[in-house]
This record gives sequence, C-alpha cells and structure tokens, in this order.
Amino acid sequence: MERGHYRILVGMAAGVGKTYRMLLEGRRAKDEGRDVVIGYLEPHDRPETAALADGLEVVPRLRTEHGGLELEEMDVDAVISRKPQLALVDELAHTNASGMRHEKRYQDIEDVLGAGIDVISTVNVQHLESLNDAIFELTGVRVRETFPDRVLDEADEVVLVDLSPEELQERLRTGKVYPAARAEVALENFFRKDNLAALRELVLREVAEDVEARRQPAALEPFSKYAVAERILALVEPQPKSQRIMRRAWRSAQRLNAEIDAVWVRPDGHEPSEEEATQLAALRRLAGVLGIHFLEVDGGNLVDTVRRVAAERGSTYVFVGTPDESRRREIFGGSLLSRMVRELPGLDVRVVADRAKREERAE
Amino acid sequence: MSVLTFFRRRPPRHSGPKRVLVPFTGGELDPVVLDAAIRVAQAEDATLVPAYLIVTPLEYALDTPMQHEVAVAMPLLEAVEHAALRAGLAVDARVETGRTPTHALHRLWDAERFDRIVAPAPINGSHGFTPKELQWILVHAPTETLILRPDPTLAKGFRLARTLDAVA
Repeated sequence: MERGHYRILVGMAAGVGKTYRMLLEGRRAKDEGRDVVIGYLEPHDRPETAALADGLEVVPRLRTEHGGLELEEMDVDAVISRKPQLALVDELAHTNASGMRHEKRYQDIEDVLGAGIDVISTVNVQHLESLNDAIFELTGVRVRETFPDRVLDEADEVVLVDLSPEELQERLRTGKVYPAARAEVALENFFRKDNLAALRELVLREVAEDVEARRQPAALEPFSKYAVAERILALVEPQPKSQRIMRRAWRSAQRLNAEIDAVWVRPDGHEPSEEEATQLAALRRLAGVLGIHFLEVDGGNLVDTVRRVAAERGSTYVFVGTPDESRRREIFGGSLLSRMVRELPGLDVRVVADRAKREERAE
Repeated sequence: MSVLTFFRRRPPRHSGPKRVLVPFTGGELDPVVLDAAIRVAQAEDATLVPAYLIVTPLEYALDTPMQHEVAVAMPLLEAVEHAALRAGLAVDARVETGRTPTHALHRLWDAERFDRIVAPAPINGSHGFTPKELQWILVHAPTETLILRPDPTLAKGFRLARTLDAVA
C-alpha cells in the first residue's frame, strides 16, 4: 500500500495559528470533495478554532485513566478503520498516556500514514530533539516532549506558519491564545519578545534548511553534484595563526555547506618541540569543536603533499595562511602561493590574512 | 572599574613570552575587560590568549561539535583577536569545552601554561563568571588572577556582543 502524504505545519510557539491553518486546509480539502476527518484536535478553548472545526467529522477519541485523571488520546485503530483520505492530527510531539499503542503521537501518525491515509499535523519548533539544548539556552525552559529530527526529514512537506513576535503578543493580550490570567504570566515568561524573536529565528532557519535539503537531491545529478560539492582543505602549522585559518575555514564551510579537513604537513624527520606540541593539541581541540577532520601527514615537499591529500580527500578549496617567506626565497625558489596556484589545478586557493593589518576604511 | 588582584602562587619559571589568559563564555565579553587585558598583556610584553569556554551538556560527548555555541563563539573570538592584534599584541586564541565553564577552564590550564588570568565578573546581567565560579577560579587557578568588574554605569549596548560580526 502506498504511504499517505505527510504535511507538517510548524510554528515558533503556541498561538501562531497552526491548528487554525490545519483546520482551514481540512475544510478546503472537504470542499474539494475529499473525505476528511479530525483524528485529534487540541481545541485549546479557542472559539475561532472550535468554529472552524464545526462540520468536520471527528473520530471519537480513546478514553483512559491515569492517576485519577481521565485522559483522551487519538484512537489510531478507529482512524485507520474509518479509511478517510485525509486525517487532521494536532500536536505530533504529544506524549500519549500509558497503555496506548505508542508512546508518542508522531508514532501513531506513522501508522496512519502506513495505512495510505494522508495526514496534516502541527508542531512547535521547541519540540525538535536537536534544538533541545538551544531552546534551553535561549528560553531557560527544558522541553520534555521532543520528537526526532527524522520526522521532519521524512515528511513530504514542512510548512512554516509564521507570525511576528509583536502580533503573537497582541494575540495573547486579546485572549486569543490563553485566558487572560494565564496570558499575563505567559507574556512575562516564555512569550517575552526576545524569546519569541529567537524562536522565530530558529524555526525560520530550520524550515530554510529543510527547503535546501529537499532541493538538492532532486536538482543535482551525480555528475553535477560532484562538480558543485565543496570540500575545504585548511593548511595549518603548529602556530597561533593556524587557529584563525581553521576558524575562517569553518565560517566559509557554513556558507558553502562543505566538509573541512585540516592538514599539517610535517617536514620529514621533524619532531615537534614542546611549544609545537602544545599548539598541535590546541588545534586538534579546535578541530573537534568545529567538526573538522584533522590530519598529520609527513612530507618533504609541501605543495606535492597538499596535491596528494587534496586528491585523496576530494578537496575543492585550499585555505592557507600568509606565508612567512623571505624575499630571497621568493625570488630564487618561487613563492609558495604561486607554486600552489600553478601546481594545484582545479583548486581554489584562499589566503587567510590578518585583518587587523587591513587599512582603515576612509570616512 | 574595580580590580581585585589575587597573588595565588608564583608562576612557574619558563622560557618564551608570557601568556595572559582571558576566558569568557555566554556570547559576550565586556570591552572594558578586554581593554584591561590588552593593557596587562602590553605592559608585560605578553601573548594574549582569549579563550571561549563552551559548555557541553552531559548527554553529549565532550568533543561533540555544538553548532549553536560555535556559531556564537567564532565571530566573537575573531572580533576579540582583531582588537588585540590592532593593539599590536601577539594573540593565540583558544576554544575549550567542558561540562561547566570552570571545568572547561580547568581543562585549558591543565593543557597549557599561563602566566596570568584575567576573568570578567558579571555586571548588569552580563555573561561574566558567576560569583561561585570566580571563587572557584581564585582557589584553583595555577597563577595570578585578576577579576575585573566593569563600570556598572556602562550601557549594555557598549559590550562586545555576539552580534559583532563585522570583522569576519
């Protein structure tokens, strides 16, 4: 059976209108003649949302008891046996009550999709597992209900439901999200403007990365992918300036979506001094923090060795610091940079300069 | 600016230039602290070692690349290094990870020699070390330590914040 189409509406926080949008899309689908049901809806006591749900068939929920509380969960079996064309399922990161078929609602949704039913679902960005620490740093709130990143990766569509922080705060103030007493507390805590701005940035970035990831495989055939994929090779030495070379390589790699290798070409027979060993250890630590592959290679001829390593690693860019060469060596031996450009065909060579030496911009 | 100087232990004898460590964390370093550290390094003809301390949560390996933290640290280190180089100093920047800022600091001075440490104290909600962390540094630092408390009347916008990205 063909898997159902999965569309996820993602927002920066509660109240941006994800559930509203889900219901709106459900109603439109119904108007177009599709068989639509509500698998699970979190009405949040919002009159506008409840009004939009009116007229859409609701699959009865499962009732269960936990710690003296009566809880309601989506009845996955009932949704599957009802066989609609489209099911609307709110809050995919929700944790089910114990005793349900699955621990998490996103797992329930996978069963529904597996039965060939299309699903539209909703989620807030703070529930994304990989962002858990970033969210904690930004907001001071440790989110416990998380879902794995693969859920977004595997969805057919990820759609951003966006609202500016100011608009969301206004919705809170007018009681459209929470009752007045709760809204006041929320505005002073999680829904502070700086929090919302940071969350919005996160969700925008997440969706942008998702768009990028979806665009590439379709657009790039194996040959063209090889031609445009970037891999940076940073040439380092056990010297303080190499820290800068690795940092600049990392920043460029962020823009190029590239892997980075850093290589120290150790002159044949050279034993690092105590100072060099300290510098090398620091470079290795930085490489670990930045996710750079650190290589140490023996070689008498720097350019030959770089050419060999670049070929082995599939490098497209070489980052090199400003060489400390004497004028005499440049004249008689040829400068290192000109030899690199000449002897490394097909590689871009970038010289990482000390920007503190840059001339001040004229006012 | 208040300066509290603690002469903990006599620095070990060694060859090579002196090294002044300026550890910081949390996405900002007060320019007053940086300026003071630069002046200390200039006076001693020392190499300045600005070190960004990254806190790695327990659920991750210590050397896990933390993209969010690194994205904050790199432009900031670049800006600090730029300011120090402009002042004519030799710079040898570092990034160190740990379970806490003090753990990262401990790992750093376990691995390398420093002749002086200049540590920022928090002020007006800035991200300097907490009083508890400063106390720990004073007790455990292997060398002389200066705790710098910036002028509290300085506006927050004056700080060298994470948004300072212009130099890279």
